[in-house]
Amino acid sequence: MATLRDIKRRITAVKNTKQITKAMKMVAAAKLRKAQTRMLEMRAYADKMNSVIAGLSGESESLHPLLTVRSRKTVEVIVMTSDRGLCGAFNSNILKTAARFIAELKQEGFNVSLNVVGKKAFDYFKRRNVPMRKTWTGLSGKGIYSDVQKVAVDVIDNYINETIDEVFLIYNEFKTVMAQKVTTAKLLPVAPMETSGEKTEMPASFIYEPSREDILNQLLPKNIEVQVYRSILESQASEEAARMTAMENATQNADEMIGRLTLQYNKARQANITKELMDIVGGVEALK
Amino acid sequence: MESKLKLEIVTPYGMVFNDDVEEINASGSEGEFGVLPGHTPFLAPLKIGMLTYKRGSETGHFFVNWGYAEVVPDKVIILADSAEKSEEIEVERALAAKKRAEERLKQAENVDHTRALASLERATTRIQVSEKRK
Repeated sequence: MATLRDIKRRITAVKNTKQITKAMKMVAAAKLRKAQTRMLEMRAYADKMNSVIAGLSGESESLHPLLTVRSRKTVEVIVMTSDRGLCGAFNSNILKTAARFIAELKQEGFNVSLNVVGKKAFDYFKRRNVPMRKTWTGLSGKGIYSDVQKVAVDVIDNYINETIDEVFLIYNEFKTVMAQKVTTAKLLPVAPMETSGEKTEMPASFIYEPSREDILNQLLPKNIEVQVYRSILESQASEEAARMTAMENATQNADEMIGRLTLQYNKARQANITKELMDIVGGVEALK
Repeated sequence: MESKLKLEIVTPYGMVFNDDVEEINASGSEGEFGVLPGHTPFLAPLKIGMLTYKRGSETGHFFVNWGYAEVVPDKVIILADSAEKSEEIEVERALAAKKRAEERLKQAENVDHTRALASLERATTRIQVSEKRK
């Protein structure tokens, strides 16, 4: 049986924890709002860019190395996680999916090259002694375009060098605050896009200045950057949403626990008083 | 023949402008070009420069930092790395950036020359565009 003082100490400890989780929830909510606006703004840009590229590459066969499909030998997997924990199942979902995906690729006899974004994924694969081709940390949080650009440029370079033949991206797609979906998307080679959504029917007689190849040469790598950037933003918004939900749950659990402990404390106190009373009554009886 | 042209300026930081206008002038990588309603479909990269639109008696100016222009007869989409309305340009910052870039260009070594040149160009263009404000 725990003593009164023990219980009291535990209540204080849980209360402190609750305060922390509550504050973290608040911070996550604020960050989520920011990340969400950034993400929505980016979506508009990325969608427009997609429709421009669809018009560009739609009518032509492969003009660009990023469009050509090679027989795949080495497959690169980019795994996007957060740098920080305490966000529920956010990272473990990604890592589970990634591990399964990699195992499947290996079974089919492909070389897997691993490109890791976020400290959590880095720790995970390091613990399992999985070699990583490239690792990036400190990217999420700030969401600076030029940092993210490096990831894209590195991938593009390696693709053109034929070090890697195919690139997949695994990240958390932001659906709603309550739901994030683990998404596996093919980044390279660029799949021929059909003009979806946007109703712009492309007239055949487009004038290109300087030339179509030149524009494609500039636009395609740019689009890869934009896509990587977008997925990082999505992942960031998802992370904060997941953290918010996790901290909300933690705060609730702490509340419950405080309730239970307080009950226990009161019972123990009552028992103490009764015991003392009995002692006094017993003493009085003995004196008679 | 359409008499209106829809101008959309989109950057990674959101939609900057989305409205009907009558005439657009932009600086493409191969030189300046103007667009009137009913223009032939056209796609061109943009360099650092000024974008001007006219609507009735109103004229507006934008600073555009690289990007692409997609022109269809009734619509122009500008995909820019960044774009600022002339009224919103921070002149002090641009001036400071210009000074910094000039200093960097003066030192012969240890300088990424192209980068310094680009930032100098950005700054001067920003200043030019900001002078157009009413």
